[in-house]
Amino acid sequence: MSVDKNDYAQAERALALLKKLGVKDTALVMHSEESTTCDVREGKVEALQQSASASLNVGIYIDGRYAAHSTNDLRPAELEAFLKRAVALTKQLQEDSFRTLPDPKLYANRPGNELQLADAAYHTRQMSERKASAFAMEAAARAAGKNVVVASAGTTDEILDTLRLTSNGFRDRQTTTSFHSYANVTMADGDKRPEDSAYASARVAGVLPAPDALGREAAARAQARIGAKKIKSGAYPVLVEARAAQTLFRHLLSALNGRALQQKRSFLDGKLETQAFSKMLTITDDPLLAHGLGSRRFDQDGISAKKTAVVDQGTLKSFYIDWYYGKKLGIAPTTGGPSNLVVEPGTEAFTTLEKKIDKGIIVTSFIGGNSNSLTGDFSLGLVGFYVEKGERKHPVSELNLSGNHTQFWKQLAALGNDPWMSSSIRTPSLLFEGAAVSGA
Amino acid sequence: MDRRDFLKVSVSATAAMAAAELMGMRAAYAGTMSSRFGLSDELLRKTLEAALSRGGDYADVYCQYKTFTNVSLEDDKVDRARTGVELGVGVRVTKGDSTGYAYSESLDEKALIKAAKIASEIANGSPTLAPKSLALEPVRRFYRDDTKYADLDVAKKIALVQSTNAQIKAKDANITKISLSYTDEESEILIVSSDGIVRRDFQPQTSLYSSVVAEKNGRRETGGYALASREGFGFYTQERVGRLVDETLRRTNLMFDATQLKGGEMPVVLGAGASGILLHEAIGHGMEADFNRKNASTYASRLNKPIAKPFVNVVDDGTIENARGALNVDDEGTPTERTLLVEDGVLRTYMHDRISAKHYGVKPTGSGRRESFRYPVLPRMRATYMLNGPHKREEIVKSVKHGIFCESFSNGQVNIGSGDFTFFVKTGYLIENGKLGQPIKDVNIIGNGPDVLAKITMVADDLVIDEGGWTCGKDGQGVPVSQGMPTALVSAITVGGKA
Repeated sequence: MSVDKNDYAQAERALALLKKLGVKDTALVMHSEESTTCDVREGKVEALQQSASASLNVGIYIDGRYAAHSTNDLRPAELEAFLKRAVALTKQLQEDSFRTLPDPKLYANRPGNELQLADAAYHTRQMSERKASAFAMEAAARAAGKNVVVASAGTTDEILDTLRLTSNGFRDRQTTTSFHSYANVTMADGDKRPEDSAYASARVAGVLPAPDALGREAAARAQARIGAKKIKSGAYPVLVEARAAQTLFRHLLSALNGRALQQKRSFLDGKLETQAFSKMLTITDDPLLAHGLGSRRFDQDGISAKKTAVVDQGTLKSFYIDWYYGKKLGIAPTTGGPSNLVVEPGTEAFTTLEKKIDKGIIVTSFIGGNSNSLTGDFSLGLVGFYVEKGERKHPVSELNLSGNHTQFWKQLAALGNDPWMSSSIRTPSLLFEGAAVSGA
Repeated sequence: MDRRDFLKVSVSATAAMAAAELMGMRAAYAGTMSSRFGLSDELLRKTLEAALSRGGDYADVYCQYKTFTNVSLEDDKVDRARTGVELGVGVRVTKGDSTGYAYSESLDEKALIKAAKIASEIANGSPTLAPKSLALEPVRRFYRDDTKYADLDVAKKIALVQSTNAQIKAKDANITKISLSYTDEESEILIVSSDGIVRRDFQPQTSLYSSVVAEKNGRRETGGYALASREGFGFYTQERVGRLVDETLRRTNLMFDATQLKGGEMPVVLGAGASGILLHEAIGHGMEADFNRKNASTYASRLNKPIAKPFVNVVDDGTIENARGALNVDDEGTPTERTLLVEDGVLRTYMHDRISAKHYGVKPTGSGRRESFRYPVLPRMRATYMLNGPHKREEIVKSVKHGIFCESFSNGQVNIGSGDFTFFVKTGYLIENGKLGQPIKDVNIIGNGPDVLAKITMVADDLVIDEGGWTCGKDGQGVPVSQGMPTALVSAITVGGKA
């Protein structure tokens, strides 16, 4: 790791320099990161990339004024000039009495290293291992049959260190690693070239699926896309694969933060402790999961991590409130943003849910679309399959799923037992009744 | 890993060359940039030598110094700012279609040679000769190289934001929340290639975004507008800022009358301007040569074939003066140009970087771009738009019995292989019996690229290049782009909506 104990010294020097410039309240964060990517295609290495970077981020609080400044030019003379400019600029802003460093009491009782956020063996990984893994994925994908036009695969791994130091006593760091494997396959289908991918992410290399399994999955998914067509517009049951369902939770998250609430941009404003969702929906924000891709010991304010109920059997229990918007709203802060969003799974397998569909749609991925966090209106392009009497009839494309989140989540009829583990959003597959699908 | 490509929102092309650069076509490179990067010719040459030490075909060194300032307003106060500095050097080595890439944030010799050695490992042979000397080549300019936002007193930027806020408040009592965000950025780049050619550029960009919440009878709606350019601070004329104020209010108030329509397949009229998002998604990404050389694009088998009506012409253009998508040189040092993608309805030219140009045996089109020194080059769009056609806006709207008119957009996406693409309409209108009717909002439109291009049945003569702040994403890299469109009709496409 390019980051070592010297970083505290570097951050402390910056803190002392700011003090000399008359800044009493400061939050410093040093990010450092190393990353390696190996992409292969057609039996050859397509791209090799390696990087190491480090930056200093400084939050300056001066006479009720606040600004955030970042630089990766850490040469002493340049850094000093940068901080001088930063202080001068901050002084010119308008006063905002809500901008203060967090109450140090919120820093207390941070969890320890039991979260296992870094793979101790990160630096022993060899380029030859990355290549072997990528080639194995790509070969397995290519072996899938004559329809394969192009198969590519790759791995990315990274180690990220965040060191946080504040003038009111916060001093800690967390180091995380992550490993990503992906395979993409494009199939021949006349002039069209339908494609799909398989991918997985984890904090430690050892738990990733076998490369050839990912390659075969990508090929099977792409093969199944051949011959896609539209269906008639109408209200259908829609079964969303776990991997795709993350999109829907991102929409919810955009309405669940303190800024959206304070700025009157949330369709969930006023819905706390009300039945805003189907009773089947229970969501917990859990930063304490070992190896969790969203796990953390402290958040962006240094607030110590704890488990929080977000939705309990359909009742909205909590928003994500950071220190600043908490003060602005006059309510206690929770935490500034999601860690691991854990959606409580159901008991039935995806295939069981699929069998229950009389005439409906399976969504394998969303494409484009957006959601209005103020009104809850959303509209999303979808890719998937048409299902009749529990059987997949043909792949579908050029369809939109539309609705309003205040209604849509009450149509949630079942959750699968298959939580998606390659993301900080751990959702199972979701079945919605009577969803509006637009097509031909 | 999601590797699909997206776009979000985040004129005439004349330009003068600076006199100094007209003199002496191959002025010796005399360390012009040394004040900023402190890199001698000798060190740059040594870095190229290390990059080619295992027999790469080509190598380049990309030096960048970027600064930005953002000031934002919330609840009537400019009470937050962000500034930043990014400095680094990227070293790239290509061997056939393969790329090795590494970067350094430190400018010392040891770090540069280390990065070069890492990048060199894409090749596995005996060394290729590095250039003996370096020569600075001139570039044609489509934006000024002396716009120094950083030297401008931040008080002026704060005053612009405050004045915009005051104008919005003065004009509409229903507005309850106003968010404004002003950003400027300047990036100084130096590209040294193993051909011995050095090119430099100074790339400024600025933007002002508005987003407001209005409340009427207990109901809330939101809307906004954006202005973006490579011009200096003088870009923010009273007229432009006034348009941002008026459009923000008009679009937001429109929402109170808007409904989600009944979805399905219908004729869609694309309003002049930001509707170019359709071109960006339906054809732009699919015409980037990297997807085609990999045979992964739906356009890979369609070059020189008719794909649209003869009055359809589509260009990707780096030469629109001061446009957000304008470039003097691309990020591998190739001078920019205006590339004809579709000529009289026939698919003509892909957008090339050096790798794909070599693959196809053609000249690069100046389309090699990267987000920063941290990323390798990819073929990318600049300003993508359709040329004027033979129809009139009025006759296009009149021709539609039941359909929609699209006015403003927030984002789009495409699957390159299948050609399926989407764009999200923020505001628009129903068209009933040839007349604009009830406003509509927040609907996604989805279609297939080649299929939709063939269904563009009318194109008007009112081309507008949108002034908004669009950012295009590909392989995790965001670059500023522009887009434009004359009013046009797509005879049938799937519009999201109620069942």
